[in-house]
Formats: sequence, structure tokens, C-alpha cells
Amino acid sequence: METRNIMIVGVGGQGTLLTSRILGGVMLGAGYDVKMSEVHGMAQRGGSVVTYVRYGEAVAEPIVEEGQADVLIAFEQLEALRYAHFLKKDGVIIINTQKIDPMPVVIGAAEYPEGIIDGLKKDHEVIAVDAMEEALKLGNPKVFNVIVLGVAARHMDFAKEQWLEVIEKTVKSKFIEINRKAFETGYGL
Amino acid sequence: MDDNKVMMLGNEAIARGAYEAGVKVSAAYPGTPSTEISENLVKYKDELYCEWSPNEKVAMEVAIGASFAGVRSLASMKHVGVNVAADPLYSMSYIGVTGGLVLVAADDPGLYSSQNEQDSRMVARAAHVAVIEPSDSAEAKDYIKFAYELSEKYDTPVIFRTTTRLSHSQGLVTLEDRLDIADKPYERNPAKNIMMPGFAKMRHVVVEEREKRLAEDSCDFPINRVEMRDTSIGFITSGIPYQYVREALPDASVLKLGLVNPLPRRLIEDFASKVDKLYVFEELDPVIETQVRSWGIEVTGKEIFTVQGEYSANLLRKAVLKQDPGAVKAEVPNRPPILCPGCPHRSAFTVLSKLKIHAAGDIGCYTLGAVPPLSVIDTTVCMGSSISSLHGMEKAKGKDYIKNWVAVIGDSTFMHTGVNSLMNLVYNQGTGTVMILDNSTTGMTGHQDHAATGKTLQGDIVPAINIMELCRAIGVRHVYEVDVFDVEKLEETIKREVARDEVSVIITKTPCVLLNRTPVTHTCQVDEEKCKKCGMCLRPGCPAVTKTADGTTRIDTTMCNGCGLCKSQCKFGAIVDVPV
Repeated sequence: METRNIMIVGVGGQGTLLTSRILGGVMLGAGYDVKMSEVHGMAQRGGSVVTYVRYGEAVAEPIVEEGQADVLIAFEQLEALRYAHFLKKDGVIIINTQKIDPMPVVIGAAEYPEGIIDGLKKDHEVIAVDAMEEALKLGNPKVFNVIVLGVAARHMDFAKEQWLEVIEKTVKSKFIEINRKAFETGYGL
Repeated sequence: MDDNKVMMLGNEAIARGAYEAGVKVSAAYPGTPSTEISENLVKYKDELYCEWSPNEKVAMEVAIGASFAGVRSLASMKHVGVNVAADPLYSMSYIGVTGGLVLVAADDPGLYSSQNEQDSRMVARAAHVAVIEPSDSAEAKDYIKFAYELSEKYDTPVIFRTTTRLSHSQGLVTLEDRLDIADKPYERNPAKNIMMPGFAKMRHVVVEEREKRLAEDSCDFPINRVEMRDTSIGFITSGIPYQYVREALPDASVLKLGLVNPLPRRLIEDFASKVDKLYVFEELDPVIETQVRSWGIEVTGKEIFTVQGEYSANLLRKAVLKQDPGAVKAEVPNRPPILCPGCPHRSAFTVLSKLKIHAAGDIGCYTLGAVPPLSVIDTTVCMGSSISSLHGMEKAKGKDYIKNWVAVIGDSTFMHTGVNSLMNLVYNQGTGTVMILDNSTTGMTGHQDHAATGKTLQGDIVPAINIMELCRAIGVRHVYEVDVFDVEKLEETIKREVARDEVSVIITKTPCVLLNRTPVTHTCQVDEEKCKKCGMCLRPGCPAVTKTADGTTRIDTTMCNGCGLCKSQCKFGAIVDVPV
């Protein structure tokens, strides 16, 4: 099988690392070779962050390059747009509709682009979800990322039970229940 | 799936490899992308010792001491840390080892979290030490074990070079048992272990011979691997770039180097003779390329591959295969890293910004005080340089010249090398004002302890060095501790101290907002009736505080943690605390 490429993009602090670890765990459990690449350090402080997950028979490089992503999971609209050119032509974008103004926008040096989702829809299959609202309904805004992952999971070839099993192994025990609920919520959207 | 196969970050694999190699002592100072090595090695603390040292020089010397004592030891640091550790490293090259000694140097092509893009292989060449470089997590674990064998067999410290991409990528690793390595007996050997001129002169000869022997022997090392495929194109490569070659040109022949210093000349010449077109594909400096060229071998390298940033398979597709990936990047506003909502540094910088004071900066999250809207930091050079460079400005232009300047340094950076600079400030009669932004941790690298936090890497609770008393002991008469969110008091203190013709230290002791997170009890919210749309609350540049279309302020309650800095800026009482 050809190596499959997944990207998770967002703003530092949104939990891209946790999400990629769950993804990696699921693929590993399915018997694939997996490589992932992450961002640590300064860039994590509210900057644009990207993690790559690749799986297949034998994976060489740990990064996904322009024009090669099968799935782009975006936790924030502007970040979806920033990395959209990494998608394959038939790639799919799962996008959380939340907007977080970057500092150039906050200080008025740049404008937050309008109509991102409609723009992306012209070239790609786009699934938009207001995961933050769903997370607030669950009473914990932090789990919005696992809700997005739940949505994305429907577009990947692994059973729901495989995801839940890895979530249980990955998150701290006191957060298992809320993350399980979050995943189910996303999966059901 | 095989239970012994696990996913590991490159750094985790390095730690695991050091553990399996029988390492007994490890010392390090945190620095991206090296930090997770120690954080993972400490998991084996029942079988080895690991510490955070105050800086990389000290860490290197701790590892050296352990080697003298006959055990395998590790020092790990980021590339610029190697500069700090260079002094002991260069001498240790002459001395050699008793117990195997490995220094992990983590380079940062692409500058994800660094002040420069230097290539540690250049340092290794200057110091005449061997360099081993893995290409993924599995090799990271296996090669570091080989590095210890090499270190002991050739009587040399070994630099184990990683890069951000390798350190922060995960791959499958097969776990093995820890080797039972017997401690080497101690023998006094002045001609080898005391580097004074007469002895060092003789050791220099040994170093040169060692390097020649290693270069020759390495032609047969399994980590230097020839992969003959299609012979029309051949690549000499190492590290992560090897993976890009495999990805973009899976049919090309490859000489994959695991030992990148010294180079296996015979092996390279042989490989070069078997391929029609030879490329060297190495990130950063043309270290391999320059040597290969000097042997009269025709090779293509930096004329088509950049010396800057990270490489990729697409770079090869463009430069070698002349393919255009055709992906067009959208024009979007940048999203640079920023201080977190509730970060104590933001409060300090908001006050400095209001007072129009310039800051000689240092290395840490607070370097982010350089960018708009705060724009307080004017200079950042290296760890500890804030205090000494401010002193130099004063000596150049006189004390009045720095009346609107302060040096800004974090607690961990102060303990690293800032303390030396403060000693100098007192000794040489400077008058500068030093702000120690004490957030009780090494923040940017992800919260590591240091000598002033009262806790060690292994989790032991120890007496914390009291920074205030330390400054006093150095001879600073004016040392003040201020709650950083008490902006009035802070402003008054800064104004008073910059005017003073004596050294002052202002310690803003407020923990990092991400440290020991307590639940948020209240958030700040805007009373839209009272908001005059003046924008004062936007000045600190908190990402939770933004302007709506009609000019009123909006506070994102999912980000806000109620630090109250925006509230302190509002003259109209329009920002209020709301319980969560």
C-alpha cells in the first residue's frame, strides 16, 4: 500500500501533540509502520504548529510535503488555509471553525482573511465543524481537539473501537471519560 | 505486534540507547531540541544518575568526571550549548576517555527554536572528535550504543549529532536489555589526564593519529553503508536527509554515512567511481562536500542545495528531478509565537513599554518581548549576555546612556551564565539595572528545574538557591522583589532603580502560568457599556484580548485565566472579574 499522509495543524497549545499521538497509536495498532513529526519549543507558544503522521508498509521521511496530504485536520481556520497547499487534489480537510487572531491581526498590521471555508471548498472536500461549541456543551473546552479527531476518524479506515482503545491508553486516567465522550460526539456529527 | 517494538521520539530513543549502553551518569542543560533526552533518561533513575546542570560547560565536565571514574557517561545539549561546553570538549579530545563519553549535540536547521543555525559537525572537526549521526529513532537508539563502543575503542569523546527533525520525530524502536558494562579501574595517568603544555603537545600527536586510524577503519563500519541501486545517480548523505533521498529518488544509489567525522575516504572514492553523477546531500554547511571535493572527486552539492534551513524530498524533486510539486501557498498573515495569556513576562514588558525603556534581552520565552506590540527588547545574543552587554554599553557611552535601559533575564538563564555577568557588573563598578524575570522554571523548553527551584531532575527536593540572597552576596546593595502583576509598584521600582547610580536588581517573582496549573477561578470580561474603545487594554498584546468590528474589546474566556493585566490598563473600569 502507498504511504498515507495526515497533517494536524493549529495554534500552539491547542493539543496537536495529543491528537497525533492518538492517530499514531491507532495506525500502529493496525500493524503499520508509522512515523510522526512534531513541534516542540518556542513555536509551541501560540505560534502556528503542524504535526505530521505517516503510515504504510515502510515509511521513510517523517514529514508530509506540499501536495501530498490525504487528510488535513485543522484546529483553526487560518491554519487550514496556511497549509491547504499540502493537500493532494482528492485530499480532505476537517476544519474546526474557530478563529484565533494571530498577533499581526490583533495589532492591526494584517487582516484575518474572510470566507476561508468557502474558498477551500472550491478545490477540496471540506468538513467544517464548530468543535469548540460542542466541547463547551460537554463542559470542557479543552477536548475540542478530540471532537475534531472524532470527525476525522469517520474519514479514515479504522474502526471506532480502535480509536477509543487508543484514547484510553493515551490520556491520563481522570480524563478518559471526557475524551471518550468528545470522540463519540465528533464521530456522531 | 511485537511488545518490544514501541514508538519513540528521536530524543526518547537516544535516551533509551544510552540506557541500554549502560550509561551511569548523564548531565545536561535544557535546550530545544535536546531537552527530552534527559526527561526520558530520568525514567531509568533507579539504574543511573541524571541531572540538570546550570549550564552546558558544567554538564560536560560532570560527564567528563564520570568518564575519569570509569563509567559510561552522557552530556546532552543544543547546538549553541556546545559552544558553552567547547572548552572542556576541546581538551577532552586530547585526553580521551576512561569510561565511554558521548556528547549529544542537537542542531536546529530551520531555527525552530534557536538564535542561529550553526553546524556542530564544524565544531567536531575543529575539536578532532568523531561524529555519529542517525537517520531515525531506530538508528538513534542503535547508533548511540555503537558510539560508546567507538569512544572506548578509539579513546575519544564522540559527538552524537541529531537535528530538530530527528529529535522530534517518532518512529518504531525495538527495545533491548541494558548492557552490564563493568566500570574501568582508575589509574593515575598525568601525561594523559593533565592538559598542561608538555603533556598536551604529546597528546596532540595521538589525536592526529587517532583520527587517521578512525577514518581508515570506518570504511568497514556497518554504520557507513553502501546501497547500490541504479548507478546513474549516487548520493552521499546522512541523518534525516537520507530519508528524503529514499523518498524522492528510491532507485538512486546511496552511500549512507553513520560516521560523519572523520570521513571514510576509501569508501567514498570507491562509491564515487561506481556512479555516473554524484551528489552530496547534507543540511547546513558543506562539511562532507568540501572534503570530498578536496580529494579531487567531482560532486554536486551546495550549488543546487541550500545551506539554510531544513531539506525535504520536494527539494530533491525540484533540484535534481526538475519536477514542480505545483502546490501554491496561500498568502496568509503570519502567526509567530507569542507570550501565553496570563504570562508574567507580559506584565513586566507592558510596564517597560509604558516607560519607554529599552531592554538588553536574553534567551527564553521573554525574547518574545521583542515583537510588537510590546517591542521592549532591543538586543538578544546568547545565554547570559543581557547583563554583560548592558555593562559594555555603559562603559562605551557612560552611565547616563543606560538610564533608559535595563537588562532582562530569566531565572534559569541567570543561573546558567547571567550570574557571572552580574559579578562583573559589581566588580567593574557598573550602574545598570537588571530585571530577573523569575518564573520559577526553565519555561521555553517546557518547564525544567534548576538550582533555584528547589527540585532536581530526579525529583529530589533540595534547598533552592535564593536568587535575592545570591545577588546580595555578589555585592548588589539594591535588590528588590516585586509581584509582576502589581504594575504600579513595578513601575515605581523600575523608575527609581534606573535613575540610581548603582547596580540594582529587580526580581519579579511570579511563576510561569503553565507551571503547576491551578484551576482558573475567574476570567476578565468587558462591560460593553463602560468600554470607551480606547484600546489601552490591547497594548499588552494578550491573545485573549481582541477588538470587535465596532471597536469594543472582546475577551476570549476560553483563553483568559484572569491575570488582570488588561484590567489594570483600563481607566474606565470596563474590565471586570467574572467567577468561572
